[in-house]
Amino acid sequence: MNLFSVFRKKNSGDIAHRRLKLLLVADKADCSPEVMQMIKDDMIRVISRYMNIDTDRIEIQMTKVKQPDCDIYTPVLYANIPIRDIPDKGIY
Amino acid sequence: MSEIIVITSGKGGVGKTTTSANVGTGLAILGKKVVLIDTDIGLRNLDVVMGLENRIVYNLVDVVEGNCRMKQALIKDKRYPNLFLLPSAQTRDKSAVSPGQMVKLVEDLRDDFDYILLDCPAGIEQGFQNAIAGADRALVVTTPEVSAIRDADRIIGLLEAADMKSIDLIVNRIRMDMVRRGDMMSLDDVMDILAVNVIGAVPDDEDIVIATNQGEPLVGMGTRAGQAYMDICRRIAGEEIPLANPAVHRSLFFRITSLLKKA
Repeated sequence: MNLFSVFRKKNSGDIAHRRLKLLLVADKADCSPEVMQMIKDDMIRVISRYMNIDTDRIEIQMTKVKQPDCDIYTPVLYANIPIRDIPDKGIY
Repeated sequence: MSEIIVITSGKGGVGKTTTSANVGTGLAILGKKVVLIDTDIGLRNLDVVMGLENRIVYNLVDVVEGNCRMKQALIKDKRYPNLFLLPSAQTRDKSAVSPGQMVKLVEDLRDDFDYILLDCPAGIEQGFQNAIAGADRALVVTTPEVSAIRDADRIIGLLEAADMKSIDLIVNRIRMDMVRRGDMMSLDDVMDILAVNVIGAVPDDEDIVIATNQGEPLVGMGTRAGQAYMDICRRIAGEEIPLANPAVHRSLFFRITSLLKKA
């Protein structure tokens, strides 16, 4: 599916909102929106091999967390991936 | 108890000076004693938006350099007895004043005024650092556009890093017709992105252009933007006034259109 055909269906206000949310995360983590989208797509691909996930509601976020033993803030990637169900394929 | 408030935005052209003029005038209408300080050295504009450009003798840099006393530089607005303007210098640049000098300047005014409003220049360089140095509180002005919101986010980060005690957001130039069509971010969208208290939403209003042309702030007049600015002033002064949420109008609009479609 062409990326632009998805954009045209949506209202431009929603597009601005979504772009900004990605952009501000990237600004803070010094990581481009393209890279964030690639990480997200790869995570979806890998995790989907093991369970059904709600790909529309996935949230990934770059942030910084202070390490307990020193004064260094390290970037952390948080992912919120809602699971729909886990099929019984005998892998567990 | 007086309060020193900086009006800032990062991005230029979002309405900092218009907001400064209207918030300052509105607070004066509410009976507060107010001084507006234009900190944009080299690009002064608050004087012309206020309609006081022909009354300037001395400016902010003259006060800082000791060329005149503060009283000589303050312009009294004849329309509002509680309102004063300290204009910026037009022929100097941002390096003419240091953050330390700005802190001293505003502290000298603290005893004589209820509100000291600082109109900040665009950008994050020395002009911005000067303007925020002495402030207790910040009003960040943005518009529902990607560029303005990105800059507002950066400014909020810088204000937090500078330990600003209170940060509020003003969302300016909202076009409700476009929000209803879905072609402009709503107040809720902006609030979702910038996790900071919204103290007011100002509609995009032709009357703002007309008022600026005339050098007459429109706060308190019977226009939508004038009412929005007056609500902001009342909230700054501590009154509880609920925000008119554009999302409510949006759902109402959709309810009506969907009813019409069914009929």
